[in-house]
Amino acid sequence: MNTIALTAARMGIGEAGIAAVLGYAVVFFGLVLLMCVVILMGKAMAGTRNPAKAETPAPAAAPAAPAAPSAPPAPGSAGEVKLFDVPDKEAAMIMAIVADKMGKPLNELRFKSIKEVK
Amino acid sequence: MDILQTLSKLVNESGFAGFFASGGWKNLIMIAVACVLLYLGIGKKFEPLLLVGIAFGVLLTNIPGAGLYHMGMWDSYVYGCPYDAANDYALYNTAEERAYNEMELNYYIAARVCGHTTAQIEEYFEKQAGGDVTADFLALYNSPEFDESAVNDITSKLEAELSFTDIIHLGGLLDILYIGVKAGVYPCLIFIGVGAMTDFGPLIARPSSMLMGAAAQLGVFFAFFGACLLGFAGNVAASIGIIGGADGPTAIYLTTKLAPAFLGPIAIAAYSYMALIPMIQKPLMRALTTEKERKTKMEQARTVSKVEKIVFPIVVATFVILLIPSTAPLIGCLMFGNLLKETGVTERLSDTAQNALMNIVTLFLGISVGATTVASRFLSLQTLMIVVLGVIAFMFSTIGGLLMGKLMYKLSGGKINPLIGSAGVSAVPMAARVSQDVGREANPNNFLLMHAMGPNVAGVIGSAIAAGFLLAVFG
Repeated sequence: MNTIALTAARMGIGEAGIAAVLGYAVVFFGLVLLMCVVILMGKAMAGTRNPAKAETPAPAAAPAAPAAPSAPPAPGSAGEVKLFDVPDKEAAMIMAIVADKMGKPLNELRFKSIKEVK
Repeated sequence: MDILQTLSKLVNESGFAGFFASGGWKNLIMIAVACVLLYLGIGKKFEPLLLVGIAFGVLLTNIPGAGLYHMGMWDSYVYGCPYDAANDYALYNTAEERAYNEMELNYYIAARVCGHTTAQIEEYFEKQAGGDVTADFLALYNSPEFDESAVNDITSKLEAELSFTDIIHLGGLLDILYIGVKAGVYPCLIFIGVGAMTDFGPLIARPSSMLMGAAAQLGVFFAFFGACLLGFAGNVAASIGIIGGADGPTAIYLTTKLAPAFLGPIAIAAYSYMALIPMIQKPLMRALTTEKERKTKMEQARTVSKVEKIVFPIVVATFVILLIPSTAPLIGCLMFGNLLKETGVTERLSDTAQNALMNIVTLFLGISVGATTVASRFLSLQTLMIVVLGVIAFMFSTIGGLLMGKLMYKLSGGKINPLIGSAGVSAVPMAARVSQDVGREANPNNFLLMHAMGPNVAGVIGSAIAAGFLLAVFG
């Protein structure tokens, strides 16, 4: 029965080439359009977030603002590592895993901060 | 009771006798192939969750006399022609691509009455190439072997066009399980699970990853073109090409719709190569990138809010389905599963989709796909060509993703590591892990995994769009 498929609708080289190029172009077109949609969606989301931020009084001055590099250690900070919504136990595990993956002893590594991405 | 006669009947009806029948040696080879696949799945851990099931399906379907799967029955269903239940044979003229006409049917019955085998009958019809068979029918009819009393036995077992209901009545266990593949249910259910397990955050944070996911579909269309050059029909070539999408459920879904006769080899090639991704991709990644490019450290992408993650599957499903409606089953299920994960209010459903549902469907999918590898069909030159084209598809998909990665490296002023481009071939998360490994070989402080997840999940969407395109053209 395999011969069925071989004889049915066999395409010429030109036709197959056109179908291949067209297919590749359609995939690109679809994903580029989707990329534009996602970018617009991200911008719209950022737009809706910013006014809300503006309403809250001076968030940058908040002591635990994760984006501010000069922010003082958040509550729960361990030594020099600033922890944002991360319990000590989990931070220790994360640091151990990173050290293990890098193949370096923990005391040779310096962690600046660990924050939970929400 | 004649003991000798009874014993003789038992021996003749046993599966062992089947190995000595015409073409029985092919079953032995397929059983050996099943054992090799089982070894790869169990011993080498090549995609074991699916490969072990597929391999066991290969074993079961090739044990003579087991009757768990009937290839002729599915041919009859696919081609819409009558079915000879006694001999598991679809009454289909391959040369003319139509059901047997009346005289061909008469010839077939006469040939069966005279004791002709399936292989002999197929050979005869191939030689006839749609020509008139009246003279040969009369020759058989007038031959001394022709026993008129046997005609009723044969005709009573001929079935008209089959439906799923007929298959449930007539089929074996694996025929019934295979209905889920044929109806396109299992791949879509698996996509719900895949969606529930996928974090699209890296893609939302860096939408340009979509370009790498698109570029990495190069192998799909390259292999499609190559298959057309080798003489495969467009529908089969499309199913072979989709191996390059490195997405098992998509490959199975498309092949079931376009070229069900080739489902076995295509599924086995797709899953085997997915397991071999590190071996296929790493040499290409090293060859196509410079040391400097591989060392590139990428900046952390922006944080993605929960609302964005919830809106993403709704927007993608709506947009992509509007663009290419034939992607609806795959993209719809993928995004539905992802929505269950991200909403935060359907945790039980998300958990079921990721675990219980995924496991149950994987069980049925593996064993029923394996069952389609019937020896008489699987052992052919075409299977070999599919295996070769499959690896070419994987290689060119990797090359496409890497080249796009290099282009983005240049355009971004060296901010994007081109290695993440190869992850655009889908195969979540294996391909992203390979990017991470090769990146760390060049620079031990390089962490590319999360960056590579962007193109990786974009590849899933890209391969679904590619499948949708091929389905729209050849379906």
